[in-house]
Amino acid sequence: MSFFKKLKDKFTGNEETEVSDKYKEGLSKTRNSFSSKINDLVAKYRKVDEDFFEDLEEILISADVGVSTVMDLIDELKMEVKRQNIKDTSKVKEVISEKLVEIYYGEDNESVEKLNLQEGELSVVLFVGVNGVGKTTTIGKVAHQLKQEGKKVVLAAGDTFRAGAIEQLEVWGERVGVEVVKHNAGSDPAAVIYDGVKAAKSRNADVLLCDTAGRLQNKVNLMNELSKVKRVIEKEIPGAPHEVLLVLDATTGQNAMSQAKTFSESTDVTGIVLTKLDGTAKGGIVLAIRNELQIPVKFIGLGEKVTDLQSFDAHAFVYGLFADMLDDNQE
Amino acid sequence: MAFEGLADRLQSTIQKIKGKGKVTEQDVKEMTREVRLALLEADVNFKVVKDFVKRVKERAVGQEVMESLTPGQQVIKVVKEELTSLMGGEQSKIAVADRSPTVIMMVGLQGAGKTTTTGKLANLLRKKYNRKPLLVAADIYRPAAIKQLETLGSQLGMPVFSLGTEVSPVEIANKAIEQAKAEHNDYVIIDTAGRLHVDTDLMDELQQIKTNVNPNEIFLVVDAMTGQDAVNVAESFNEQLDISGVVLTKLDGDTRGGAALSIKAVTDKPIKFAGMGEKLDELEAFHPERMASRILGMGDVLSLIEKAQDNVDEKKAKELEQKMRSASFTFDDFLEQMGQVKNMGPLEDLIGMLPGANKMKGLKNVQFDEKQISHVEAIIQSMTKKERQDPSLMNASRKKRIAKGSGRSVSEVNRLLKQFEDMKKMMKQMTNMQGGKKGKKGKGLNFPFM
Repeated sequence: MSFFKKLKDKFTGNEETEVSDKYKEGLSKTRNSFSSKINDLVAKYRKVDEDFFEDLEEILISADVGVSTVMDLIDELKMEVKRQNIKDTSKVKEVISEKLVEIYYGEDNESVEKLNLQEGELSVVLFVGVNGVGKTTTIGKVAHQLKQEGKKVVLAAGDTFRAGAIEQLEVWGERVGVEVVKHNAGSDPAAVIYDGVKAAKSRNADVLLCDTAGRLQNKVNLMNELSKVKRVIEKEIPGAPHEVLLVLDATTGQNAMSQAKTFSESTDVTGIVLTKLDGTAKGGIVLAIRNELQIPVKFIGLGEKVTDLQSFDAHAFVYGLFADMLDDNQE
Repeated sequence: MAFEGLADRLQSTIQKIKGKGKVTEQDVKEMTREVRLALLEADVNFKVVKDFVKRVKERAVGQEVMESLTPGQQVIKVVKEELTSLMGGEQSKIAVADRSPTVIMMVGLQGAGKTTTTGKLANLLRKKYNRKPLLVAADIYRPAAIKQLETLGSQLGMPVFSLGTEVSPVEIANKAIEQAKAEHNDYVIIDTAGRLHVDTDLMDELQQIKTNVNPNEIFLVVDAMTGQDAVNVAESFNEQLDISGVVLTKLDGDTRGGAALSIKAVTDKPIKFAGMGEKLDELEAFHPERMASRILGMGDVLSLIEKAQDNVDEKKAKELEQKMRSASFTFDDFLEQMGQVKNMGPLEDLIGMLPGANKMKGLKNVQFDEKQISHVEAIIQSMTKKERQDPSLMNASRKKRIAKGSGRSVSEVNRLLKQFEDMKKMMKQMTNMQGGKKGKKGKGLNFPFM
């Protein structure tokens, strides 16, 4: 109760209400199915027994949370239920959400994960990920956001491999009104990024957003290529890239963990962008990744519009997921 | 590998029930739990898993342990059979219309790989069937999607039909077919925009295209890495468009690809092709068998069990077993076994399948690099008959001769000799572990290789 109250208070009557509404809207499909399932579950079982936990396990697994995370969570829940001697399923509901939230939050209290941008000097953000997750689109959206904040942004078309990728970024550049540094298709991505850094420097840009070609994480050569791109940036600007964002598709299953691990090994991923959360995919992978790899989620993609990219706010995210349940709890 | 395969998962349970002549209900329950976890970790939808496990359980309960198999393998076999029947047979045929052109529609979520697959499919049609496809750029929404298809078209030297981004996809599709008729293109592949299955407007658009062009094939393109949501996606696309087949992309990654099973289970439509790389010729016929093994995380091992059972002469296997126990296994036997095994698939997988094998120390030194097999063969073939029977004869000059004869280095010859000894030791351990004495429920390893 106290926990939900705190959450609720955080969002009612202050300027963040709009944000949480956006989350509620974008995540409505997720939330509806998820919390209605938990409610179904609670209604279905009077007693907290093995069957109850088995069904709960299924709900979580169907949200792509990941088998091992779910197993750990269920074990913890069982212990908690025993400790508090909970027999009534309606009471266990709160324990479930608290435990889930605990995984989201982890140890750190900072719930809003802002981009690590340098004040007054050039910041470089490198975007990496497998094919088709939405890297280029995300860059367009991030560029728009930064421009709205009054920053001077330059884009580097580092995906020289996929047909039409450079043109795609150029269209975004035009839409948003920022410069795009590019070479011909098929050229060395490291060279493009190098020129991007030079150009951004000479134009006194605030932020350089670097696109890269999508690559499956088990392609060793391509992963080495990515490390090289990162080294080129490091060499030009000590301390850069200031962010390496791994773009993940929310519909991806357990392989997202493998992606996060392998991309981290080659490029020291600093944050995650979770795209396509506006479908029916549950995005439970966020739980697993935060839990197992401690990589924070910085943005989530809630739609195709340029404004549909939201800063990831764990409080708001959880609030969106559990909104129905929170409302119930207020009574 | 990030996840445990079924073989690893079943390990502890198998240890427990080893020596039992019969698998009890409790044993089956434990094993099916492991099957369930393995499938879930492979991203098979939990509902599909539930039904599946139920069937496996029904079949496995009370089944006698087959003479030549351990109970664990028996369960794996049941799982494999069920998986294979669920996945269906290989179906990579593409429809041909009575009257040209044949129309194919590509549909799917954003980023699944529709445009790339369109290019690959066109390439396949020309290469394998000698067809003349026309590619149609009907994705008017994503920036530069048309450009992407045009680039692919020019790489392939194939015509691409586009009307820019201001014309509706329905009209583009209609006009494209007119052009195909005029230009005598016998296939028309329509690349549609990626869309969410819950986006009613865009799904309506697809239905309109469908009604207008009356396609002979509608391929749903799905990313092999898709998680639990694959069921929802496949179900809604199928319900709204009645798809004719599925193309699974990015299968060259390291995902288990459980989505394949989920999609097949909910749509009952064949998965026809698999995208195996970024190049335009990397579209292959989909092999349900291989996929079944992959989902379980066992390489092609499952089919090895069957092949081994089918192909190997029982009597020879018995002889070998005897040899193993008495440690009189020679290089000749080794060579013969290698010949048989080579046709069956990766050796390491074979070893990995043996119950307890991955926990044995001896195996660490026995490395089976696929590329080296032919080298090994060459080395053994360069030995005299006597040497093959009795490796203890080896001395420096013999080794030198063998190295010369096989074109390998002396150190490689040495390594092989060492490995051979290690293997013999391992076999001894293995037979001891298995109880060793004959007549004990016939649990001897009947592997051709062993």
